Amino acid sequence: MLDEKTAAKAPSGFVHRFMDSDLVYSFLRSPVVVISFIITALYFLSAAFAPWIAPHNPFDPASLDLMEAFTPPAWTADGSMKFILGTDDQGRDILSTLIFGSRISLIVGFSAVLFSVVLGVGLGLLAGYAGGWAETIVMRFADVQLTIPAILVALMIDGIARIIVPVELRDEMSIYVLILAIGVSDWPRYARVTRGATLVERNKEYVSAARVIGVHPIKIMFQHVLPNVMGPVLVMGTIGLALAIITEATLSFLGVGVPPTQPSLGTLIRVGNNFLFSGEWWITLFPSLALVILVLAVNLLGDWLRDALNPRLR
Amino acid sequence: MAVMVVVAFVAFLMFNFVGDPVDNMVGQEASYADREAMRDRLGLNDPFLVQFTRFAGNAVQGEFGISYRLQRPVADLISERMPATLELVMASAILAILIGIPLGVYTGIRRDALSSRLVLMFSLVGVSLPTFVIGILLIYVFAVILGVLPSFGRGEAVQLGWWSTGFLTVSGWKAIILPSITLALFQMTLILRLVRSEMLEVMRTDYIKFARARGLSDRTINFGHAFKNTLVPVITIIGLNVGSLIAFSIITETVFQWPGMGFLFIQAVGFADVPVMAAYLVLVALVFVGINLLVDILYFVVDPRLRVDRSVAMGGDE
Repeated sequence: MLDEKTAAKAPSGFVHRFMDSDLVYSFLRSPVVVISFIITALYFLSAAFAPWIAPHNPFDPASLDLMEAFTPPAWTADGSMKFILGTDDQGRDILSTLIFGSRISLIVGFSAVLFSVVLGVGLGLLAGYAGGWAETIVMRFADVQLTIPAILVALMIDGIARIIVPVELRDEMSIYVLILAIGVSDWPRYARVTRGATLVERNKEYVSAARVIGVHPIKIMFQHVLPNVMGPVLVMGTIGLALAIITEATLSFLGVGVPPTQPSLGTLIRVGNNFLFSGEWWITLFPSLALVILVLAVNLLGDWLRDALNPRLR
Repeated sequence: MAVMVVVAFVAFLMFNFVGDPVDNMVGQEASYADREAMRDRLGLNDPFLVQFTRFAGNAVQGEFGISYRLQRPVADLISERMPATLELVMASAILAILIGIPLGVYTGIRRDALSSRLVLMFSLVGVSLPTFVIGILLIYVFAVILGVLPSFGRGEAVQLGWWSTGFLTVSGWKAIILPSITLALFQMTLILRLVRSEMLEVMRTDYIKFARARGLSDRTINFGHAFKNTLVPVITIIGLNVGSLIAFSIITETVFQWPGMGFLFIQAVGFADVPVMAAYLVLVALVFVGINLLVDILYFVVDPRLRVDRSVAMGGDE
């Protein structure tokens, strides 16, 4: 059921056929989902066009004025309209750092999910389709890793990378290290689901037919089986994006993520946390809020997608 | 067991091949011959397997070497800080179970009531809130605005032999409130959602309908029949989550500067303090394996169908 729907949607390309589908129907019926979609889209758009949208450029030292540091939000007594959400300790506009911060968070989260999907789906397909020792090795590895929480795995990889990468390159590399760490920490979930789905697909007639006419196994795997197992992976990927964003923020908050020169939402919260006690609450609370809203919106979308693509759960 | 070996192996690899340990011990000026002598003394020129066996042997005895950063034996550092972490994890686990399970049962039974919908909404927020954000919000509300609870440390600790406990002083109790809520919230929502979905499933089965037909009280049906049958998956998840509580305690401990193992570990990662990282990893793996074993044993206690010995079953049933 699930497969037909995604398969029908992807290649058809007819706008009206898409608008007519169950997916769009259930989407439009639920205001919560529409709102979360709009919020997510806004985040993506502002991330994509950050340099044009942000009122100030927080990373241009020339535009910073320490005299303007710790300006509270505009609606409070001491606030100014120049900085709607106030400024931080270096006089950077919070709203602008938020926009740039979400950009980093989204880039890292998205790349990490992509990385684990490619790794997990690839290995899962191999395990499910090939079977034998390939399956044993991949799945045993996945099982072992699944017993350890993802955040710990990510921390470990990050820690090891810190030792290997030379000090001069650390700041530059840290964003890639982070993507790698989060990506690797989450692949077993995708591998498991893909393998399960592949095991079902493998015995279907279209696969036997392809095999009989002599299609290369690799081609069968990626061109015939893969599109049919992508449904559940898509759902997991959406929820995985929320998870990856949280993991990134957590690592950055712990001080092992992206460097302060390229702050993500987690870094901003970490920096702002130092000023919580002296009364500058806006420096940490706005990034926290931005993070929570983003994650909540993505989670709601993922939940809806899961229910919409799985008739059994209705 | 396999998990243990793999983890020990990774820890060993980190220990020996990530950065040259000799570099960390000798000065910049050491000559090549000095280095070679050092390598020989440390046994780094021995075959790979010999080295690994030695590492595993030392690890079993609790020997992980000396912390690069603090210049003290890792075993001492860890055993000093373990009680703080374990108390925090214990408090959170109890909190999560005591609140999560009843709420889950309630929302499972009254699935359409307004209150259960509210609880579910709240639980979705709980899943979406990262642990450290919860911690910061709690600190802001209770420590900064209201000023009623401490925001860092674990208060006064009392030494009981080698175990230091914060449960014997008022300041200790006050200090554990915020961190344990922070740590428990996510697990609580997980348990809640799981119990709810299990309850919904069980309530649809025939034997519940039959129990209703027999005129049993709601209480007996809900708890004696329905809830009992949700226990196996619930225990699995709770067991696995005690493990992730330990992992997430890293975050909570950092937010609240709780003097536990997680805080030690995160500092070690920042300073590339490999012996501490390796020891922590092995220890956490040990805890995980222990929990898995415990969960397996608990299955037998909870589910009579898994028991071979019937007489024991009768004794342990109530």
